[in-house]
Amino acid sequence: MRMTCMTALALCAASPAYAATHEVAAGDGAAERLQEALIMSEPGDEVVLGPGRFELEDGLSLDVDGVTVRGAGMNATVLDFTGQKGAGEGLLVTSDNVTLRDFAIENPQGDGIKSKDADGIVYQRVRVTWTDGPKSTNGAYGIYPVESTGVLIEGCEVSGASDAGIYVGQSEKITVRNSIARENVAGIEIENSRDAIVERNLATGNTGGILVFDLPNLPKMGGGNVVVRENLVSSNTTANFAPKGNIVGGVPRGTGIMVMANEKVWVANNMIADNPTAGIVVVTYTKPFDDPRYNPYPRDVVIGPNLAHGNGKDPDLPGIAPVVQAFGGKLPTLLWDGLTQDANTPALYAAAGTPGWSLNLTKQGQSVADANPGPLNVPSADNPVDMGDIGAPASLEARLAT
Amino acid sequence: MIRHAILGLALVTAAGAIAASPQHAQVNDAAILDPGLPRQLADFGFFADAPAQVPAARVTPYRLNTPLWSDGAEKLRFVYIPDGKQAHADGENLLDLPVGAALIKTFAFEKDGKRQLVETRVLLHRADGWLALPYLWNNAQTEARLAVAGARVPVTTPAGEQIDYRVPNKNQCKECHGLNGQVTPIGPKARNLSTAWLTRFHDAGLLDKVPQVSDPVPLWEDRAVVSAEAAARGYLEANCAHCHRPGATASNSGLDLRWEQTDPLSIGIYKHPVAAGRGAGDLLYDIVPGRPDQSILVHRMASTEPGVAMPELGRQTVDEAGLEAVERWIATMPKMDERAPAP
Repeated sequence: MRMTCMTALALCAASPAYAATHEVAAGDGAAERLQEALIMSEPGDEVVLGPGRFELEDGLSLDVDGVTVRGAGMNATVLDFTGQKGAGEGLLVTSDNVTLRDFAIENPQGDGIKSKDADGIVYQRVRVTWTDGPKSTNGAYGIYPVESTGVLIEGCEVSGASDAGIYVGQSEKITVRNSIARENVAGIEIENSRDAIVERNLATGNTGGILVFDLPNLPKMGGGNVVVRENLVSSNTTANFAPKGNIVGGVPRGTGIMVMANEKVWVANNMIADNPTAGIVVVTYTKPFDDPRYNPYPRDVVIGPNLAHGNGKDPDLPGIAPVVQAFGGKLPTLLWDGLTQDANTPALYAAAGTPGWSLNLTKQGQSVADANPGPLNVPSADNPVDMGDIGAPASLEARLAT
Repeated sequence: MIRHAILGLALVTAAGAIAASPQHAQVNDAAILDPGLPRQLADFGFFADAPAQVPAARVTPYRLNTPLWSDGAEKLRFVYIPDGKQAHADGENLLDLPVGAALIKTFAFEKDGKRQLVETRVLLHRADGWLALPYLWNNAQTEARLAVAGARVPVTTPAGEQIDYRVPNKNQCKECHGLNGQVTPIGPKARNLSTAWLTRFHDAGLLDKVPQVSDPVPLWEDRAVVSAEAAARGYLEANCAHCHRPGATASNSGLDLRWEQTDPLSIGIYKHPVAAGRGAGDLLYDIVPGRPDQSILVHRMASTEPGVAMPELGRQTVDEAGLEAVERWIATMPKMDERAPAP
């Protein structure tokens, strides 16, 4: 019995040495050949997609650990789902330590790429595009890792998602970097997730640029430890085109960076320009909820130094015109709803000199109509609170191709 | 009442096949247990006459009280228990099938007045877990071959719709059969099997004991006579709960449609969608009591659009009877005060 186990172990350890490459070219029968390659691959294998356009009628799925799927470039290899007849996403990944690189997904009917319970995933230079621009009939999420530990999204590009372009949900140890989110409802969204870094991305032309949310009634709760730094968040001016039942349907057009119901979020060194509602919004969850695990308040959110320009000129908030007028035709960079969990738990700190205003609401769920807007008055802080070790693990960084 | 008696007889007849199986045909246990993917359904020897779907020895036909609907396909279900082993009852839950067991399900539609077998899906219980494989029948109906990448097959549904029926690929099997990262059976739960069948299965020596079921899922044919709630919840249990439950494919939605779930929010009442995207269809809640037209659950069941339609896999058309059962249930719920709308 022991010998059998030893033999099995030896085989496992040896298997990467025999890693195979499965080449799949575009053309006749590509859909079946590609799906078959994804199924028949073994841990450590590569599925290599040739250049060209792969016409796909059904969703693809990958369920083998340690597989790399790579194409000839995010503009050279296109998985075209315009004629998709079934499945809820273009590509579904349900295995660990998968690397996706250098290909595009166009016009998936549902989500673009969903990876669920897929730990240690790398998305590099992957593009998901709805080619007709922002439309409510587009699919929901472009790049959609959920319920995973270890997520690295690098050099990707998503446009047209009717919910969020890059949406990381119910996960931890996350880095989203050097990516472009354009003309989605939410550009980049970190939801019910912990230990995330969002850096050096471009979020433009979305309804809201970068969102950090925590929501009730989900299996994984308690979002926090999120750094949002060195991003360019500009001209997020697209009218909200989300189906209204979705939480992002409530995001005002022209929101730069929005933090809702999270703890320990550090927003600093971003360039935030020309977002008509507000450069930065920090708020409490607004709706009724009955989940005892849920904390609707922002806690220890630090707005460090940012470069902000031209925000708040045309806010998408009901009854706001007189307030804009009172502030001289342009709202300050930072909007806070004024709510804190309690006197001992500050919601918000802001770097000295951050122009801001508060709705001065007094309780969770209160309508904006009850606001009593006034200048911001929060403690000053230029540094983040200690979040420990956050971001995608080094082992994922090591898988990035140059 | 008479109808019920006839149904009961039909069930007894089906159960009678336990004893009536031709004893000469034997299942190939090695094909179930050994590593590898048998290329042909015939390699398993599950059938004495596969085109006629006559099972081999120890291959037992069964039906579910309320089954999963797949474009109206006729489904022929069998469970195989290897010699010397038994299934174990786990209360009202899924029967615990031993290593070496298999579940076999054939999907068929009518063509030119005859039954046309389209695919046979098998779930094999190997030492390292369950493996799901789809086998595609040829046009001549003489053999079924492994189709790991799935296929599309033109069929005419019982409702008269012509569709490209989707045979799922091997991975897609896991989308419905995945639980906590492992492939697992979903159909044969004690609560969704008849006591008569469970008793016969036990009497044949294939089940360790007859499980006591206090709250069975009703027979789908009885949906007009049982409560609207029982009919609908039974339908959701059979058609949705394998994904919409903790640990399964749609766990991140927070929606839990299992029969035993009683929390109103978990089953969707005034629950906001989470990752529904455009599937939400401009509606605010999964279920709005008294308002099926305002309920996302109904909206998604009534759609055939990928990205909106639920379930995501396994149907090209709308299950009108299932939709009606769910609509009726939601309509019977007392209306509550509208919750505060989104800001």
